[in-house]
Amino acid sequence: MASATVSRARVAAPRPSSAWVTSVRRPVVGFYRVMRANPLTFAGFVLVTITLVLAVIVIVDPSLVVPYQATQNTGVYKEPPTLFKWPPSIAHPFGTDQAGLDIYSAVVRALPLDLGIGIGIAGFALVAGGALGLIAGFWDEPRTLGGAVSTIILRTTDIFLAFPSLVLALAIVASIGRGIWAAVLAIMITWWPYYVRLVRGEVLAVKHLPYVTAARAAGVRDTRILTRHVLRNVLEPVVVYFTLDIGTVLVTFSTISFIGAGIPWPGPSPEWGSMMSFYQGRFLLSQYWWYITFPAIAIFMTALSFSLLGDGLRDVLDPRTRRALAESSAFHEPPQEEPPSAAIPPSTPAEEEQREAQAT
Amino acid sequence: MGRNLEDLFIFIGKRFLQLLPVLFGVILLTFLITHVAAINPCPRWYPKASLPVLEHCEAQFKLPILTQFWTYFTQLLSGNWGASQLGTPVYPVVASAFPATLELVLTSMLLMIFIGIPLGVIAAQFAGRWGDHLVRVLYLSGWSVPTYVGAIVAAVFLAPYVGLPSSGEYSAPPPFPRLTHMSVLDAILAGNFPYTVDAISHLILPAGVLAFIEMGNATRMTRSAMLEVLPLEYVKSARMKGLSNFVVLYKHALRNALITATTVLGVTAGGLLAGTVVIEEVFAWPGIGAYAFAALGGGGQPNFDGSIAVVVVFAIGVVVANLIADILYGVLDPRVEWR
Repeated sequence: MASATVSRARVAAPRPSSAWVTSVRRPVVGFYRVMRANPLTFAGFVLVTITLVLAVIVIVDPSLVVPYQATQNTGVYKEPPTLFKWPPSIAHPFGTDQAGLDIYSAVVRALPLDLGIGIGIAGFALVAGGALGLIAGFWDEPRTLGGAVSTIILRTTDIFLAFPSLVLALAIVASIGRGIWAAVLAIMITWWPYYVRLVRGEVLAVKHLPYVTAARAAGVRDTRILTRHVLRNVLEPVVVYFTLDIGTVLVTFSTISFIGAGIPWPGPSPEWGSMMSFYQGRFLLSQYWWYITFPAIAIFMTALSFSLLGDGLRDVLDPRTRRALAESSAFHEPPQEEPPSAAIPPSTPAEEEQREAQAT
Repeated sequence: MGRNLEDLFIFIGKRFLQLLPVLFGVILLTFLITHVAAINPCPRWYPKASLPVLEHCEAQFKLPILTQFWTYFTQLLSGNWGASQLGTPVYPVVASAFPATLELVLTSMLLMIFIGIPLGVIAAQFAGRWGDHLVRVLYLSGWSVPTYVGAIVAAVFLAPYVGLPSSGEYSAPPPFPRLTHMSVLDAILAGNFPYTVDAISHLILPAGVLAFIEMGNATRMTRSAMLEVLPLEYVKSARMKGLSNFVVLYKHALRNALITATTVLGVTAGGLLAGTVVIEEVFAWPGIGAYAFAALGGGGQPNFDGSIAVVVVFAIGVVVANLIADILYGVLDPRVEWR
C-alpha cells in the first residue's frame, strides 16, 4: 500500500485542551464530556439504548409491547374484505396487510432477530478478524514462522477484500442453498477481512512504542505482551469500528433477504428485509405505502442509531480529528491544570495512557 | 528523489505485478465456493433439467479437483463462460452489459466528488457545530439506508414528483447503433440531441441514489483529512496573508486533503458495484448489476455459469479500481517514492 510508505510528518504544537483529552481516559467523566460535546453522539447513544431495551422486552415477553402474534390474523378477517388493507390507525399503528396481519406486531417482533444478526455477525468478524490481525501484525518479521503465517493471512485477506461483500455473500448463498443460516454464514465468511486490516494497522502502530520495548526488555513473554499490553491499546478503535459496523451488517443482511435468500415471509419469524421483499413484489406501493414504509423505517433507524454512536465515538478517539475538534469552538473547556511542558507533540491514545501510568 | 518518468513506469509495473496473485486468488476462491463448498450442486443449479443434463453435470463434479480447476481456469481465461439454463451464452451478455454499469458507477462517482467532497469541507469548517451535525446526519443516513429502500423510494415515490423517468436507459428504442453501450455517450456520438437529454434524465435517479448511499465514505474521509490539515501552520499563514475563507479552504487546505481522499475511489468501488445489483434491478438498467441480480438467484433460480462470471467480473472491477486509486495516490502525493 502506498500509504504505508509515507512517513507522516509530526508537527510539534501545543497540546490542545489536554484536560479534555485525558478525561476521555477516565470512563465516567470522559463519557459525560463526549456526550455533551456532540448532541448526535448522545442521540445515537439514547437510540441504541432504547433499541436494546426494546429487543430484550420482545425476547422476554412480547405481549408487553406487541398486541398480536406475528402470523396470527388480527381479527380483521371477520370484517368486510375492504378492511383487510387498513391504512395506519389507532388500533393498527402501522396498518394491516392483505391478510389482515398487524404490521406493527411483525415489525417489532423482527427486532431481536435483525439486531441479533447484526451484532452476532459483526461480533464474529471482530473476534475472528481481530485475532488474525493481531497475529499478522505482531509476528511479522520476514523469514520466520510468524512472518510466513502473517503473509498468508494478509494475502488471503487481500483476496477476500477484492469482492464486494454483498456479491460474494450472494454467490455463497446461491451455491450452498437458501435460508437464514446460509445467509448468516455467507456474511460471516465475507465480513472478517476488514478487521484484519484494521487490527493489524493498530498493532503495527503500537508495537514499537517504548512501553512495549520496555516490557520486552524486562523479559515478558511475547504472548503476554500481546494480550496485556498490545491488545488493550488496540481494542478501543476496533470496538468503535464494531459499533459502526453493526448497522452496515444489518443493512447488508436485509439486502440479501430482500433479494430473496433470507427468511421466508409470511412465516413464524418476521424479518424486515424479507417483509419488504414480499410486499414490494406483489402490491402497488404508491397505493399501499404502509406495507414497506414501516419495515424500511425500522431498518433505517436501527442502523442509523448505531452509526451515530459509532461515528461520534470514532471522531473523539481518532487522534487526527481529535486535535482539530479540540480547537474548535464546541470543545472549549475552561483551561485547567495545563502541564508545565507545553510543547509535547500530539500523542496517540497509547502514549497518553503510558504517560498517565508514569505519572501515578 | 526517485520521481522521474522511468521510476513511474517501475512504480506502475510493480503495482500490476502485485495484482496478479490477487486475481488468481479471486478465481481460486470463486472455484472453491461454486465447485467445492456446494453439497449436491447439480439439482440446485439445474432443477428442471432433463436426466442426461443432470448426469453430465454429476459426471463433471466427479472429476478430480485439479482437472475441474484446470477446465474452469482455462475456460474463464479464454472467454468461454458457459451459458444460462435457457442456453443464452454468458460472455457476450456480460460484455455488452458492462459499459452500462460503468456509465452508472462513473456518474455516481462524479456526483460523489462534486457533492460529497464539498460537504466534507463544510463539515470540517463548522466542526462540532450545526453545519457539521447536519452534514453528518446526511451521510450517516446514506449509510443506514439499504440500497433497495433508497431505490424504491426514488423510483416509486420520488420519480413522479420530480418528473424524472425511473426505468431503462431511453424512453423509446434509439434509432442509432449502440457503439459503446453507454447510453449518454452513444447518443452524443450519434449527434442526437433529444436522445442525449433523454438519456441523461434516465441516468439522474439511479446514479443519484447510488451516490447518496455511498457518499458517506467520501464526505467522512474529506472531513477527517481537512480536520488534520486545518490546524497546520501553512493554513494559518494563508489566513494571515488575508486570503478569503473560500480560497483558504478550497485552494490551500482541500488540495492537501484531496490526496488522502483519493483513497476513497478504492474504498467505495466495492460498495458502488454492489449497489448496482439492486439499483439496476429496480431501475431496469440493462447493466451487469441487473444481470447479477438474476444470475445470483434474485428471480428465484440462480444460474451457475452466470454466477461465476459476475462474481469474477465484480472482483476484477474492485481490484482495478484499487490499482487506479493506488497509482493516483502515488502520483499526487510527492512524499511517495516511485522506486
